[in-house]
Amino acid sequence: MDDHPLTTGTTRANRVIFNIILILVTVPILVGYVWILISTFAQRTYGLIPVDHEGHFGGLTLKNWSFLWEDPNIWQVTFNSLVLAIGLTIGVVTVSALAGYALSRIGFSGRRTFLGVTLILHAFPSVTLLISIYFVLRWISRIPIIGNDLPVIGGFGYNTLGGVILVMLALQLPLGIWLMKGFFDHISWDMERAALIDGASRFRVWWQILLPQIKPGIAALSIFSFISGWNEFLIPYTYMTQQEKSTIATYLNSLLSDTAPVNYSQVAAVGLFQLIPVIIFFIFTQEYLLSIFAGGTKGGT
Amino acid sequence: MTATPYQTESRWRRFREDFRSSLCALGFMSPAVIMILLFFFIPVIIIVGISLTNMSTSTGFQNWKWIGLENYAKIFKHPQTGEVLQNTIFFVATTLALFNVGMALVVAIITTHIPRRSGFTYRTLWLLPRLTPSVVYIMMWKYIAADSPYGILNQHLLVPLGVEPTNWLPANPWLFVILTNGFIGASFGMIIFTSAIESIPRDYLIASLVDGCNFWQRIRYVILPMIRWPLLFVTTYQTLSLLTSFEQILLLTDGQFGTEVWSLWAYHRALNNYWGNFQWGFGAALATVLVVIGIIMAIIYMRYFQFNELVQEPKIEAL
Repeated sequence: MDDHPLTTGTTRANRVIFNIILILVTVPILVGYVWILISTFAQRTYGLIPVDHEGHFGGLTLKNWSFLWEDPNIWQVTFNSLVLAIGLTIGVVTVSALAGYALSRIGFSGRRTFLGVTLILHAFPSVTLLISIYFVLRWISRIPIIGNDLPVIGGFGYNTLGGVILVMLALQLPLGIWLMKGFFDHISWDMERAALIDGASRFRVWWQILLPQIKPGIAALSIFSFISGWNEFLIPYTYMTQQEKSTIATYLNSLLSDTAPVNYSQVAAVGLFQLIPVIIFFIFTQEYLLSIFAGGTKGGT
Repeated sequence: MTATPYQTESRWRRFREDFRSSLCALGFMSPAVIMILLFFFIPVIIIVGISLTNMSTSTGFQNWKWIGLENYAKIFKHPQTGEVLQNTIFFVATTLALFNVGMALVVAIITTHIPRRSGFTYRTLWLLPRLTPSVVYIMMWKYIAADSPYGILNQHLLVPLGVEPTNWLPANPWLFVILTNGFIGASFGMIIFTSAIESIPRDYLIASLVDGCNFWQRIRYVILPMIRWPLLFVTTYQTLSLLTSFEQILLLTDGQFGTEVWSLWAYHRALNNYWGNFQWGFGAALATVLVVIGIIMAIIYMRYFQFNELVQEPKIEAL
């Protein structure tokens, strides 16, 4: 039993009431997930009840998952989402770990200013800059080769996957840099100093001595970046013109906003398909995620 | 007093060391610096610049011209401005009060008053909406609101109660705009408040018990006063988030049924509308208003929430 004064101070009756209140306010969150799970295996649903075409209870089917082999677009958009998520993760972790190290360990002029600026940017609502980032991307498009002639990511300009990665990477940097700096701050520097005295370069010290020690931080930031890349809707939707060839989030949205009546069961299957990796991460890494969000996050609401 | 040879030499050495460590730092910092210049600084300048032009799809990128503050004058005169402003204030104030601060506080207080494990479980569940892909999340809500016989709300709650079923999204758009945003937004405050409540010294809590405080008195006179700063922080931070984020509204109603808010209006004008006529100049002016508010509020956080303490000098200098 817990002996924290907050818990001991409450009576048994109080605790029952607390649980009832919590269940009542939490139910709306859970209902949607329960529906999506039932719906993907049913011909259609009335509320949460699976029914067949005549509206009788039953009608369980696997047909909603046929998009996996019948829809030519799905694997393309899944691949694109994966490229986006992985590219973003590598980018955010690399750039943040480099900058975080310098900010934590090297005294250089402009350090305070830079920290102050990233701090302001951390609070600054970056979605307001979407309009002008559009112009930056169009400008990058005009650079030969890296503009829009690269394999896999297509380049770094407007209407390319690389461009989307670059924008998301920039928007996540303030969070990433602060997180990495915090982890570096907590590592004793004895080993590092010994290596520097022995003549190792700063870069080598960073790579061989410090990075292995902040693995938990790298893991946390990676998970966070991967999930945000995999989930992201607004940026690919804004900067990629062909929605079907974009990412799984924009593809799902195009299914939902079709003019024809939406077949919810089929769309739910695509939704669950996108949700599965997130749920797996969620189950295994709750504590990491909770710690990142405690460090303050931006975007969303 | 003239410097002794020893002092000049050490000064020169210090300068050389400073220069070397700055150069070294530059190597580590350059990717981050380039990204921040390219996607924060330049965009801020561009957006202010474009807001002073008449750039749109009809002028293209060549034939635009500077028109001074005309776009801002246009905001004042535009027939939609009043309605959008009203919507924005209503949306931000209601979501903030009911969920981002209100519900966050309720969940944080209750989950810290029940055994730790179950408290933790509830809080993780509240984190789910934030982690769920927004398109999937909004799809769930659309189905909850859908017309009979499909919608969950109609099927399981309202029809059994004898309420006439309808599609509740167009019928009651604000309710769902606030609910969808609120269930995501509450988790931020919940986490901050929880850690603030848990870090209240136990002595205070025990003392209040000894003095015979009941549950409500302890919340009112011990807990709330001690989490004053987190409360203020979450309130201001979330005001800014709600003011500028529009992804959920875009997905849920796309501004239909009278739910257009300021940030979505800017987005629609400049980047995404049915007519394909993008008014970059006017949209940029709308966004600049938010950018200015954002910069001011971000600087306020810096000053009043002691963020400056985080900017301490590194413990190790270069060797």
